[in-house]
Amino acid sequence: MTMASSRAIRDVTAWDQLKTDRNWLGFWFMMPAAAFLILFLAYPLGLGVWLSFTDARLGRGGEFVGIENYEYLRDDSIFWLSVFNTLLYTSVASVIKFAVGLYLALLLNERLPFKAIIRAVVLIPFIVPTVLSAIAFWWLFDPQFSIISWSLKKMHLITTNIDFLGDVWNARWSVIFANIWRGVPFVAITLLAGLQTVSPSLYEAATIDGATNWQRFRYITYPLLTPIIAVVMTFSVLFTFTDFQLIWVMTRGGPVNATHLMATFSYQRAIMSGYLGEGAAISTAMIPFLLGAILVSWFGLQRRKWQQGESND
Amino acid sequence: MSYLTRRTLVKGGTAVAAASALTGPALLEWAKAWAQNAPWKPEKGAKLSMLRWKYFVQAEDDAFVKLIEAFSKATGVPVDISRESYEDVQPKASVAANTGTGPDLFWGLYSLPHLFPQKCIDVTDVTDYLGKKYGGWVESAVQYGKSGNKWICVPICYSGNMVNYRLEASKKAGFAKIPDKTDGFLEYAKAMKKNNTPGGFALGHASGDGNTWVHWCLWSHGGNTVDKGDKVIINSPETAKALEYAKALYAEMIPGVASWNDASNNKAFLAGEINWTDNGISIYVAAQKDPTKKNIAEDMDHSFWPVGPVGKPTELHLMYPVLGMTYTKSPQACKALMAFMLEADNFNPWIESAQGYLTHCLNAYDKNPVWTADPKRAPFREAAKRSLTAGGLGSVGEKAATAIADFVVLDMFANYCTGREDVKGSIAIAERQLKRIYR
Repeated sequence: MTMASSRAIRDVTAWDQLKTDRNWLGFWFMMPAAAFLILFLAYPLGLGVWLSFTDARLGRGGEFVGIENYEYLRDDSIFWLSVFNTLLYTSVASVIKFAVGLYLALLLNERLPFKAIIRAVVLIPFIVPTVLSAIAFWWLFDPQFSIISWSLKKMHLITTNIDFLGDVWNARWSVIFANIWRGVPFVAITLLAGLQTVSPSLYEAATIDGATNWQRFRYITYPLLTPIIAVVMTFSVLFTFTDFQLIWVMTRGGPVNATHLMATFSYQRAIMSGYLGEGAAISTAMIPFLLGAILVSWFGLQRRKWQQGESND
Repeated sequence: MSYLTRRTLVKGGTAVAAASALTGPALLEWAKAWAQNAPWKPEKGAKLSMLRWKYFVQAEDDAFVKLIEAFSKATGVPVDISRESYEDVQPKASVAANTGTGPDLFWGLYSLPHLFPQKCIDVTDVTDYLGKKYGGWVESAVQYGKSGNKWICVPICYSGNMVNYRLEASKKAGFAKIPDKTDGFLEYAKAMKKNNTPGGFALGHASGDGNTWVHWCLWSHGGNTVDKGDKVIINSPETAKALEYAKALYAEMIPGVASWNDASNNKAFLAGEINWTDNGISIYVAAQKDPTKKNIAEDMDHSFWPVGPVGKPTELHLMYPVLGMTYTKSPQACKALMAFMLEADNFNPWIESAQGYLTHCLNAYDKNPVWTADPKRAPFREAAKRSLTAGGLGSVGEKAATAIADFVVLDMFANYCTGREDVKGSIAIAERQLKRIYR
């Protein structure tokens, strides 16, 4: 019969090998996501870093000038003020967000009536568009028209309006407060999700062994939660560090640059004044800090043997 | 035999209508005639888009929309108007200049075109035509408009920024009007504060109200950012004197001005929280419109800025130039629109609808009835003539525009007044920034 001839054995071609090669297929499956990341993340980042080494102005390109922008910024007091503001803002807001978020998560983990509704309500500050809540806070903290000042005056606790946004430190605490209000739900809900993964049998075993509440938290909850905490705090720190909307709407970086974060300062220099190169340098200067934050989480994400109950290596 | 064609009808229409302000169909007829005779014929199929600053007086915007409609009907060029808060026009224009696409025309602030002079179309022919026809341009308009030998924008109008004050409270403090010297003004502020009727000037990043008062303060005491040759001369005893004056004034202001933006003093004045401030005529207009605030409108007035030790007026008023971008597909249509905006039959009713908020740059418009209809508007008529330009003594160009956009002078005053820096420190920061801008 001629069956053999219609399905003749042929040599394996290079194309055949390629078609079944896992690496080749893997590459093409990865392409869409990689293209997306390269186009919208890697390219702007690279361009930003490149711009920081040029004297580009808004409206025309620039030439390579080496580290001139960085040298200028090194002696710029407003730049260092923005670095200080950013570090202060991020550290204070993150610590308080973590504390309040963890507390809320522990509360919500208990048996509560209307738990679903409470959880939804807790999430609202995070869902409301930042700009809207920022405008609301702007009115709440207005030096002349603040409802807080008005209420306190009516209760005869103060006699003159509180200058929330016109005094340097008042403005800083005001924006930190607004940031905490906005960011706590993110931390709380994520930690709550983490809490739910802790096996109740561990708690039962501990209770049988006579552990107090604090000991249960310290030896069971907290260690098992560490990877989640690392993740959520990394995100929280990253978002807080690069916060723009809240500051820009509430104070535009004022008063006298006291609430300028590096992000808002870079916008003012790059877009409003037109110094693209210098603005890019300010943005690029954020990278070491952000890398530091990521490295902390990187080490936190590592599974430690003691989380499984063995001792460390 | 009388020859009746559309052309003769239109020509006859213009002759009759020229004597009076035009509205409605008469405006359209005039516009059609203008379009036929104008030296700038829009390109076929041209479409224009313009980004302008958001109106402060609603009536002004309505009149402007009518003006644009007449232009579109007459020339067949549709014009799409978008509005941005005036401090946001500059970033948008800068980005458009950088990327090469965007609105064809920008109507922005101060020396906006000088941020990217090579991206603006040459409009010398338009400005020559308008200058010849309407009594010439004021000096500051010429400085704003020209880059080198050619005009890169058409100065449309000024937004005057004068001292607004309450009459009753001032009388109680012993002043019938704002004193015309800076020393007297400081006494006025002290007396007002003693009577618990203080005022305030913005020390936050208020691009309009903040910049105008700090530059007045700096210039009136003889300080300057740069000299005629663009050399940085901010570090001078005159600047220190200006800073001391500002600090003394700050002590008599209401608390919170360091956080004020341009709208804050309007809100505070209309709520009766402050009794003197600097602003355009928008407070007065808003008070007139609101039935609950009519008493404020009746009880307030406007005044020129006091003169300082230099002995002559040193005011800074906001100038709104219109510029066309070189990437536009219809430069002739752009020029036609610019010229159209400043023709008497359009400009007169439009200035009137602004109720004093806008001041002309062409001398012939001194005669517009808006200035005599209400005596409280009178100071604003002189805004264009009294204003110095954004660079002070120096060039009106990219550097001056950058210095204003970066709030160099404003921050210097804010730093010293709030006590963040001492005199030397505030001046040093400003000097460093200016040296970089003007190198």
